[in-house]
Amino acid sequence: MSAKLSSRQVGDVVVIDVSGRITLGEGSSNLREGIRELLAKGNRKILLNLGEVSYIDSSGIGELVSAFTSSANQAGQLKLLNLTKRVKDLLQITKLYTVFEVFDEEAKAIRSFA
Amino acid sequence: MKNMTDESPGESKQVDTHLDSLLESADTAEHLVVEVASRIGFQEEELHKLGMAVRESVVNAVVHGNRYSAKKKVHLSISNSQDRITVTVTDEGQGFDVSSLRNPLADENLLEQSGRGIFLIRAFVDEFHIRRLVPSGTEVTLVKYKQTGI
Repeated sequence: MSAKLSSRQVGDVVVIDVSGRITLGEGSSNLREGIRELLAKGNRKILLNLGEVSYIDSSGIGELVSAFTSSANQAGQLKLLNLTKRVKDLLQITKLYTVFEVFDEEAKAIRSFA
Repeated sequence: MKNMTDESPGESKQVDTHLDSLLESADTAEHLVVEVASRIGFQEEELHKLGMAVRESVVNAVVHGNRYSAKKKVHLSISNSQDRITVTVTDEGQGFDVSSLRNPLADENLLEQSGRGIFLIRAFVDEFHIRRLVPSGTEVTLVKYKQTGI
């Protein structure tokens, strides 16, 4: 199953719940398009909930980085929520765990945008 | 074309198949390798790492090697003994200079969108070999050993 995205507004933060696989092809393009649309609509506080992401490859990691830099370039913030162990391990071995702000609790993550 | 030879327990088994230059071939290759590795007792986490390394290798072959050409194939070979699995992925592309790969962990590369595939393959298998073929093509060989009980 490629990545599926659904978004919800919590205060001024958009939470994107991602599920499935973020791999090269449909999975990564879904994420790219989703982020692009949110930024185009003026959203600048984005929380990516990856709790239901079962698999991510190097292309998917690249999309997370791209989403992060696209947000930053438009004076926005993109943070990560609920990493599975595998995604966390991947971010650690690629040294990206220190780049992203990562949270285990949604409420805490939302407050961090204030 | 696909040939699969199942031999007696304890003997090596092989898969030799030619895959189309499509992203879907990464799924096929991953499934085939995980199936063989499961049979010889690889555990879930090791299966995941091996499967991901194979996926990255086949994606490289399809995207960077064969450049999605319908005229070119990706050759996948899988062999195993009781304690290890060896996977070879070969494309028909122009080859590349492995020394040209940038270090994805360098500060200046951390925020690059691409360039982590081979790094992850190396991280997830025990042996990784890459060679440029003459007159064309790149062959990568991955070896992963079955973890013994902890």
